[in-house]
Amino acid sequence: MALTKADMAEHLFEELGLNKREAKDMVEMFFEEIRQALEDGRQVKLSGFGNFDLREKKQRPGRNPKTGEEIPITARRVVTFRPGQKLKARVEAFSEQQAASAKPHTG
Amino acid sequence: MTKSELIEVIAREQSHLAYRDVELAVKCMIEQMSQALAGGDRIEIRGFGSFSLHFRPPRVGRNPKTGESVHLAGKYVPHFKPGKELRERVNQGYQRELEESA
Repeated sequence: MALTKADMAEHLFEELGLNKREAKDMVEMFFEEIRQALEDGRQVKLSGFGNFDLREKKQRPGRNPKTGEEIPITARRVVTFRPGQKLKARVEAFSEQQAASAKPHTG
Repeated sequence: MTKSELIEVIAREQSHLAYRDVELAVKCMIEQMSQALAGGDRIEIRGFGSFSLHFRPPRVGRNPKTGESVHLAGKYVPHFKPGKELRERVNQGYQRELEESA
């Protein structure tokens, strides 16, 4: 099951005792402020989780896949996510668990 | 923008909440997101993007110091795919900057 904004609001309600309205607004604002910073061209660094970086892409040739017509892909800025050390380590621990549970029993 | 700057911005806008509550809430959300990924779950935030795990197959790597080859097990790495609204707003911000500097 994927984690959603509704799950996160529910968690804030249960863990921190924010009321439902406050919890919903908090989750909304968390993602909106990150979006706004990125829109303003600012990198976002959430220590322990990861960094949202911005990269500028030059214009490059493209093609309409349906018609085959050549149309340039204009210069643009894109968001990339670089997971932090702590998150990477936690996900690697999950990889190891998965590998261990997939191993056939030999005993 | 860092985590503490993010906390400050939210605290300024949610002035009815104590700074400490906003700080706890932000840390709580980040921890819940980390836990989801560490448990193999996806995160789907409409208008922002989705986080999932991508599998990196096992490979034979090389120790750069000794040149010795080492077996590296397959592993999962976190991956983020920006959503439509985020992609569009980031690019609009960029286009505005380009126009302003032209």
